[in-house]
Amino acid sequence: MTRQRIVITGIGLVTSLGDGAEANWAAMSDPAGAPVLDTTTCAPFALHPVPPLPLDAQIPRKGDQRQMEPWQRLGTYAAGLALDDAGARDLVADMHLIVAAGGGERDLALDEAIVGELAGMPAEAAGPILNERLANGLRPTLFLAQLSNLMAGNISIVHGVTGSSRTFMGEEQAGADALRIAAARLGEGSGRIALVGGAFIATRWDLLIFYGPGGNLMQGDWAPISARGEHGGIALGGMAGFLVLETEAHAEARGARVLAHLDGVATDTARRRAPGESEAALAALWQRLAPMRAEGPLAVISGTTGAGAAHAEERGFLDTIGADAIRTPASRIGHGVEATFFVHVALAALALQRGALPAPLDPADTGDVVPAAVLVTGMGQWRGESLALLSGAAS
Amino acid sequence: MNDHRGRPLVAVTGIGTVTSLGWGREENWSKLCAGQSGITRITRFPTDHLRTTIAGTVADAPGAPLTSPARTERLAAFAIEEALEEAGIGSLGSFPGPLFLGMPPVDIEWPTRFDLARRANAAGYPAMVAAASPETGIFEAYAFGGVAERLADRFGTRGAPITLTTACATGASAIQLGVEAIQRGECDACIATGAEGSVQPEAVVRFSLLSALSTRNDEPARASRPFEKSRDGFVMAEGAAALVLENYDSARARGAKIIGIVLGCGERADNFHRTRSNPNGNAILGAMRNALADAGLEPGQIDYVNGHGTGTPENDKMETFGMRAVFGEAPPPISSNKSMIGHTLSASGALEAAFSLLTIRDQMLPPTINHDEPDPNIPLDVVPNVKRAAKVVNVLSNSFGFGGQNVCLVLAAEPL
Repeated sequence: MTRQRIVITGIGLVTSLGDGAEANWAAMSDPAGAPVLDTTTCAPFALHPVPPLPLDAQIPRKGDQRQMEPWQRLGTYAAGLALDDAGARDLVADMHLIVAAGGGERDLALDEAIVGELAGMPAEAAGPILNERLANGLRPTLFLAQLSNLMAGNISIVHGVTGSSRTFMGEEQAGADALRIAAARLGEGSGRIALVGGAFIATRWDLLIFYGPGGNLMQGDWAPISARGEHGGIALGGMAGFLVLETEAHAEARGARVLAHLDGVATDTARRRAPGESEAALAALWQRLAPMRAEGPLAVISGTTGAGAAHAEERGFLDTIGADAIRTPASRIGHGVEATFFVHVALAALALQRGALPAPLDPADTGDVVPAAVLVTGMGQWRGESLALLSGAAS
Repeated sequence: MNDHRGRPLVAVTGIGTVTSLGWGREENWSKLCAGQSGITRITRFPTDHLRTTIAGTVADAPGAPLTSPARTERLAAFAIEEALEEAGIGSLGSFPGPLFLGMPPVDIEWPTRFDLARRANAAGYPAMVAAASPETGIFEAYAFGGVAERLADRFGTRGAPITLTTACATGASAIQLGVEAIQRGECDACIATGAEGSVQPEAVVRFSLLSALSTRNDEPARASRPFEKSRDGFVMAEGAAALVLENYDSARARGAKIIGIVLGCGERADNFHRTRSNPNGNAILGAMRNALADAGLEPGQIDYVNGHGTGTPENDKMETFGMRAVFGEAPPPISSNKSMIGHTLSASGALEAAFSLLTIRDQMLPPTINHDEPDPNIPLDVVPNVKRAAKVVNVLSNSFGFGGQNVCLVLAAEPL
């Protein structure tokens, strides 16, 4: 079976720095750029908030907006940006969709009221009251707003994407594998155009109660990753990244603007029981992708989260590949878990299209080249190693 | 051997199942064929104030009830182990391919929240988060990727395990992803699993609030009534199924017994409503027809349909519409395993694919039980109440999910 080349023809990008690819590129290209932080909503955590969005532009029906909470709205909004960017609105009926998802927002006030009433009671006494409080307190629509697969469901409803719909779960790795499998399906001729992406809202106590005990969140005042000390730390960042992928032949036939080639995506999960396993996993993935590398300068968009041990392993790997430049977005926009890999691949595509790299995003970022190829690394905070290799449209 | 599209044929060489009917493939299959119900009153937690107090649960080991992810992992592990034993592939802790796991999204559960509040001596989220130290194990326990990571470690599967959800089509999607990986030549073997262990108070309330659940609490075994006139909703249930999928040629080369073939997969998303199908039926029809086309079959070559058959008024009406539209005036028999094991949600697509393969193996159609009064709007042969011997080569298995995610599989006998 001859594998077809895959191109990226549309980007939907939202981060704390702005709404849309243009705004983000401008902010990241500014050598004096600074992160946008929210240090009050979930104090003491310093988090990167998502900017206010003109939701009506992408989710015109208020009824649809009401059926969602911020996480699903953000993803549905960014998916629309990607469709517009690709000029692919009329292709949605047969477009395939893979979303990498976490879960939607809980009703925090209800949670706190129930916990306040019942935490001190014996379990036998608390059980019946819990049922009553939930039955009377939960909004039916909140279940749907929380369901992981309903971000994809809403993208189908709002934007009409109906070729197929799949939702991957599993934190960082879900994003990388969604991209890998979407590209592989197109490559083998199973469909010609796909939409992939994810979204993450950082300013959520119902996520901090989960990520906090992971032991990897940044403590204390914000600092760029290279200044977070040996233990490192993750500053969670709200973001969304959606990509329109097509076979090169399909994009050419419809005269679509090609942002970049997606030459390969490779993923694995090391068990990380001993130092060096993660670095070795990345090195093995690079062995698979390196033969596809376009000639010329190689830049890296680093997917380090900032978490200490994983950060060191990723830097160890980068030391071995002879990259001409490295950029570390998490130092500017934070870590967006399921959305991160898509956002970083979007940045790589923009760099190739514009023939430039963002300004250094971390004091330890090096080099400045017109990239011919960009390698995106992905490092799960617990598990997951991933690489994506891109090259310019002309290559 | 390649299929009609030139892709490697994908064989099933191992099946494992667990449901409310019991632990193990043969026990489940014999009870299904006997028309037994696994639906009972919920005893895992108090059911006061709940509109629905019945479910198809799988009992935890003695001790405190497990969390949903821990239960899901336990059920998946059992099913995988049974499937591996039948397939006789790999060695202990080493399987030569990837894992695809369909499972429900999970969330921190109430006992954990109560525990954090007691540690914090306060009920607010900031205090609970401050009390949630790494020693609580909360991150690993509730991580969406946690269950698959532990299963991948235990069974020694290769590469990154994939965890996915497509609501009620999840188990079928897991199989489809595995089939595609073999067709692409990424692997010669993989494990596809659907697992569900979500019967806990908040999940029951949430489905209740959607008016999706049967409230026939007084007669648990008679509550799940797919395609029957007095059906009033589905019954939540737990379980897991695992299939060992293999490249047909490599399975034959190692002398494996071929249980059946996954001949085709079809999907289609709906864009009509979050919990209802478009009345035009296009997405359901599209998924069924795509599966037939992918399998290279005409509708007349399908001998039996393992229906989605949830027992909600809406689903069964739409599925009937799909059956008549695809198959015309004389559709093949269709029955619903859910009449006996309830709706196992993320596991159902995998369990029903497993039972479809056993239908082919034993040339026996499992019944739709609780079929007391036919619905005049459902002119289908639902194999009412009693199993039936039949010649079965090709089975269509339907899975239609909330969120409009529809997946159909064609399971077939080994080619002669």
